[in-house]
Amino acid sequence: MKSKFIKWLSLPYIIWAIGFIIIPLLMVFYFGLTDKNSHFTISNVLAIFQPIHIKSLLIALLLSLISTIICLLISYPLAMILSSFKKGNDKMMILIFILPMWMNFLLRTLAWQTLLENEGIINTVLSLVKLPSINIINTPYAIILGMIYNFLPFMVLPIYNVLCKIDGNLLNASRDLGANEIQTFCKITLPLSVPGIISGITMVFVPALTTFVISDLLGGSKILLIGNVIEQEFTLNSNWHLGSGLSIVLMIFIVISMLISAIFDKDGEGNTF
Amino acid sequence: MSNKLINLENISKSYDNHLVLDEMNLYIRENEFVTLLGPSGCGKTTTLRIIGGFETPDTGRVVFDGQDITRLPAYKRPLNTVFQKYALFSHMSIAENIAFGLKIKNKSKSYIDDKIKYALKLVNLEGYEHRMPDSLSGGQQQRIAIARAIVNEPKVLLLDEPLGALDLKLRQDMQYELIRLKNELGITFIYVTHDQEEALTMSDTIVVMNQGYIQQIGTPEMIYNEPENAFVADFIGDSNIIDSVFIQDELVQILGVKFPCVDKGFGNNKPVDVVIRPEDVELVAPEEGLLQGEVSHIIFKGVHYEMEVMANGFEWLVHSTRMFPVGTKVGIKVDPFNIQIMNKPASEDEEAVAVEE
Ligand SMILES: Nc1ncnc2c1ncn2[C@@H]1O[C@H](COP(=O)(O)OP(=O)(O)OP(=O)(O)O)[C@@H](O)[C@H]1O
Ligand SMILES: [Mg+2]
Repeated sequence: MKSKFIKWLSLPYIIWAIGFIIIPLLMVFYFGLTDKNSHFTISNVLAIFQPIHIKSLLIALLLSLISTIICLLISYPLAMILSSFKKGNDKMMILIFILPMWMNFLLRTLAWQTLLENEGIINTVLSLVKLPSINIINTPYAIILGMIYNFLPFMVLPIYNVLCKIDGNLLNASRDLGANEIQTFCKITLPLSVPGIISGITMVFVPALTTFVISDLLGGSKILLIGNVIEQEFTLNSNWHLGSGLSIVLMIFIVISMLISAIFDKDGEGNTF
Repeated sequence: MSNKLINLENISKSYDNHLVLDEMNLYIRENEFVTLLGPSGCGKTTTLRIIGGFETPDTGRVVFDGQDITRLPAYKRPLNTVFQKYALFSHMSIAENIAFGLKIKNKSKSYIDDKIKYALKLVNLEGYEHRMPDSLSGGQQQRIAIARAIVNEPKVLLLDEPLGALDLKLRQDMQYELIRLKNELGITFIYVTHDQEEALTMSDTIVVMNQGYIQQIGTPEMIYNEPENAFVADFIGDSNIIDSVFIQDELVQILGVKFPCVDKGFGNNKPVDVVIRPEDVELVAPEEGLLQGEVSHIIFKGVHYEMEVMANGFEWLVHSTRMFPVGTKVGIKVDPFNIQIMNKPASEDEEAVAVEE
């Protein structure tokens, strides 16, 4: 009886999943593995090895990797500070922290554009106080900055989550057995927070790898990431076959990083939401 | 007796204006098995955490072997703790857990391996080296926590309700095991429990605490037979605590009837509390007793019957191997040396202060 009821309850989600996940996915595979005459081909996938495509893939990998590492370096200490707040106060801090996420993603990135422009707000202020201006708009640095700004909360939250769950008595036990603060961190805190770190890495790396909005707005049209190439195939060139083929390549990378994450995070401890 | 190993001097501690320990003074001798006993929230864990170095007292000093260690961080203290909830490292195997402290101290691999073997043997868990903590039962995890602490050869072992989560049978086994360990290793044990029976079984010295005050310090026999106040009497075992009047030396009036007793020096016609243990109440034929009453309740408890006897407006708790059915008219007799007289506290606060002195 009960299980039947549950089955019915899940129906809307199943319809949703079929309509908006399964079918589009199948379509990507269909277009990616066929040519204009609907004949099977893997040339769309192999097109990744064309110099322009492989270059954009490598740049995307590099930039998202750098952003992920910087996010991790910022997030870990931040999450430690947040988790050391007393219960009650920490919720407020977290709220302040995720507040920017309530704004539209595009809007936030556009804001950075106006801030960073050569005659933008930051440079205006800098020139007012007679400091040299910074010209990073339309460079990889601006893209990295945009990625970090947009995806940082996705790194902080899972790490914060696992840190909060670490029993204070474990740390006390470690100190009790003669470990100083650094040893306690290396031997207890860090290993126990690995699931959160891995989860954070995937949650930053995957969207950073696939983004085209950030590179569009902050990189000008000078720097093409693999996301931009795919987007252009769909929009400008209307070549859905090539776009889908390249998407499949990207998916392989995403699946790999998801698998890595699943191996480390068997218990779902790093889940944030 | 041997010297004082740990001395707590005037220790006070409060959390958010709530006083948890008030001017506590306590010393612990070398090789002693000291138990902190008291109801939940009375400050036992806090006391242990101050000794272990996980908490600093607001006032007072912790002296270890003549040295002030009040501000010494936990990792430098020559003592080890067995935590209330085991606190095993879940990402390490049993062997790695036990080796943790030794590796920090850079002991050689062969030394560590020997120690792991020895410790596992000591706690009867040989062959568990490669298991993970999650795969062990509560009792086994507890024993690993003890093994992890003792391989460091601490001078003092602090144990916070180590048997709290275990069932009765395992608890009793572990009690014997702990006593055996203590005798084998010759280290000082500071043990926390709220189980009075456990405290009586295991300790050399019991420290009874309530609301941040020490109520009484003494051997199990002293605490049980000569409780210094109503709180201790009530907390340690069942007892009849009765408002009475101390008529004169060796005579006390209980519920309007004069009973001979052995105590002296409580004054004349002074209100006192009298404690009589249920097993010390003798039920006899009505005409033979000093008091007459009627059995109102009876439960079979295995070793004895537990009865309630209504007499002169007081419900007496009685343990006896003889059975008196409900409704039986009985007489009550108490041997003079089984009547324990205690001064009445003038007020709640004074009770605690008076006892401390
Ligand atoms: N970190 C803390 N912050 C605020 N109050 C605390 C803290 N630790 C303990 N307390 C309070 O101090 C009092 C004594 O706590 P403690 O843990 O020492 O009790 P206990 O005797 O060990 O009790 P139990 O038998 O339940 O373990 C309690 O009222 C508790 O609420
Ligand atoms: Mg406690």
